[in-house]
Amino acid sequence: MKDAIGNVQRIVVLGGTSDIALATVVKLTQARPGVQVTLAARPSERRAAAAAALEARGMQVTEIDFEATDRTSYERAIASVFATGGDVDVVMLAFGLLGDQERAWQDVDAALALVQVNYAAAVACGVLVAARLRAQGHGAIIAISSVAGERPRRSNFVYGSTKAGMDAFYTGLGDALERDGVQVLVVRPGFVRTKMTAGLAAAPLSQAPEQVAEVIVAGLRAGRHTVWAPPAMRWVMSVLRHLPRPVFKRLPV
Amino acid sequence: MDSRRPLTGWGRTNPSVATVHSAGDDAELARLVTEAGRRGVLARGLGRSYGDAAQNGGGVVVDMTARNRVLSVDTGTALVSVEAGASLDQLMRLLLPLGLFVPVSPGTRHVTVGGAIAADIHGKNHHLDGSFGRHVVAMDLLCADGTIRRLTPESELFWATVGGMGLTGLVLRATLRMKKVESAYCLVDTERCADLDDLLGRMAADDHRYTYSVAWIDCLARGASLGRSVLTRGWSATVEQLPRTLREHALDFRPKQLAVAPSVFPSGLLNRATVAAFNEAWYRKAPRERRGEIQSIARFFHPLDAVAQWNRIYGPRGFLQYQFVVPFGAEETLRRCIQMLSDTGQASFLAVLKRFGQPSPGHLSFPTSGWALALDVPIGAASLGGLLDRLDEEVLAAGGREYLAKDSRLPASAIARMYPRLDAWRVVRRAADPHGVFTSDLARRLGL
Repeated sequence: MKDAIGNVQRIVVLGGTSDIALATVVKLTQARPGVQVTLAARPSERRAAAAAALEARGMQVTEIDFEATDRTSYERAIASVFATGGDVDVVMLAFGLLGDQERAWQDVDAALALVQVNYAAAVACGVLVAARLRAQGHGAIIAISSVAGERPRRSNFVYGSTKAGMDAFYTGLGDALERDGVQVLVVRPGFVRTKMTAGLAAAPLSQAPEQVAEVIVAGLRAGRHTVWAPPAMRWVMSVLRHLPRPVFKRLPV
Repeated sequence: MDSRRPLTGWGRTNPSVATVHSAGDDAELARLVTEAGRRGVLARGLGRSYGDAAQNGGGVVVDMTARNRVLSVDTGTALVSVEAGASLDQLMRLLLPLGLFVPVSPGTRHVTVGGAIAADIHGKNHHLDGSFGRHVVAMDLLCADGTIRRLTPESELFWATVGGMGLTGLVLRATLRMKKVESAYCLVDTERCADLDDLLGRMAADDHRYTYSVAWIDCLARGASLGRSVLTRGWSATVEQLPRTLREHALDFRPKQLAVAPSVFPSGLLNRATVAAFNEAWYRKAPRERRGEIQSIARFFHPLDAVAQWNRIYGPRGFLQYQFVVPFGAEETLRRCIQMLSDTGQASFLAVLKRFGQPSPGHLSFPTSGWALALDVPIGAASLGGLLDRLDEEVLAAGGREYLAKDSRLPASAIARMYPRLDAWRVVRRAADPHGVFTSDLARRLGL
């Protein structure tokens, strides 16, 4: 159960090796690190390392297997998380694929792989988690979207389209759950230097996962529905959304 | 009628959504309890506990205020039987004209008898009369199996229920031993105290002479005036002590509501500057020393009740109340806590200091002998959580504890250290309610 100050007691991360998610868990539990954390991800060394890093900070970490391309896997994972233990204060939806854009818009398999993980599984997990948080009468979902969903760009519009879809779903889900005491926070980061973007040239306003985490925690505590990271990205994207197409096309973004 | 809606405590923080059910008759409540789902059932009165004590997210919350009848009154023995949803306000309006006053009155009249038992509330007379549970002669408790048990102070379940935060069952009715009074007025002595030493000295010296005693501390005063305060103490006034004009209607009780706070206050209105200005004015306004002033019960006991919904002035982010007691001898802890609050400038209107007397037999009852300090703090400053966590450590190190009815943020790990009889309480509770039908957000948060 969360408290009046915003301290939480139990966090579940779907996509438990996400750099943004792990930084958020650390930031959210800074004052009282002794919380329960469930990392749902594919079994891997990276998951074990993430668990060890959180345990070193005093958290009680549970690792569970979670495969976003396998409906049985994520249904089972979410059911098991909520079957035992105390109330879940925060569920972070942090899995996603960036993919290879040039393949993705020309190859059906590559396109569907992005759609499957970033959109279909994200929506399905949202449906499954929402039902359980409603039953608790409280809780929060943090959904990691992307500014790429705000205006499609030539350089990554397949990824952008999946994020636009999941962003729309979670934005609406927030409205649907408002009367159930459940907060949904949609996070739209710009370029973040993580394992997902390793090897890519950093875009303007690029940031570390810790900076995104700070924005997320502030937004969560303030009861927001949407946050941009860095916050200035909100205004940048607002301008970009309204640029005429001939101009937008020529921008080096 | 059932309705699913968000509930908070008086501090208006951390809401959760529950199915709110207005209490019907005993049989209907018994059915509700025996058919409760996984998220359980909890009684709620007038919602004056500050944190999540009267919330049950995802479960059923029984609004007991519909069960508010006074069942019997005996002016000879001063015994009164009431339904649990009756408020102390109602009892005062009805029974003061008969010369009966509630045995213990907190800072607000707007609490129910059921809530007063669940939190084992205290008042300005704790040093003499103890907490509310001591004046309960018997009560009817609806238990998890749907049966109604008549409990008296001889039973362990009685004392697990007194201070038990509603987690042992639904209190349906109680018989209280009221206090006989001659008037609805108090005879009050007021003294201004320059600093904490001055205050503690005066309280220790002659609190025992007074029935009621409380001090209001200006938590923003620093340096040499740390702990400057106004001490008000008094007795229930006899008819003879009243001025001639009041004698004929000595037992009249007609408290006035002066205003209703609107719901439009922004968060942050109460900041260091506004609170310091208020505290300064309030301190200067108090007489240096005044003896034998006649004050109405409402003015002396419930000054804040004159403004309905005053919790709104803290704005939408809400506020919390931090209340702790430390044993006599831990005056330095008290001083350090006030110092820490004063240093960080976490605005608090006024802190209230009381001297507690003997502890209650209730397993989870808050009052124990010592100094009890309570203060309101607005939610907002990022440093607030850390500050209060440090205060917890001070309180724990001194062998003190915090009040569950006010709590909205204690870590679960602190509870067993503050309440050494927690395990004994758990045994009694498990026997009465093996499946944990009666539960609350507070119980989940603290792992009670």
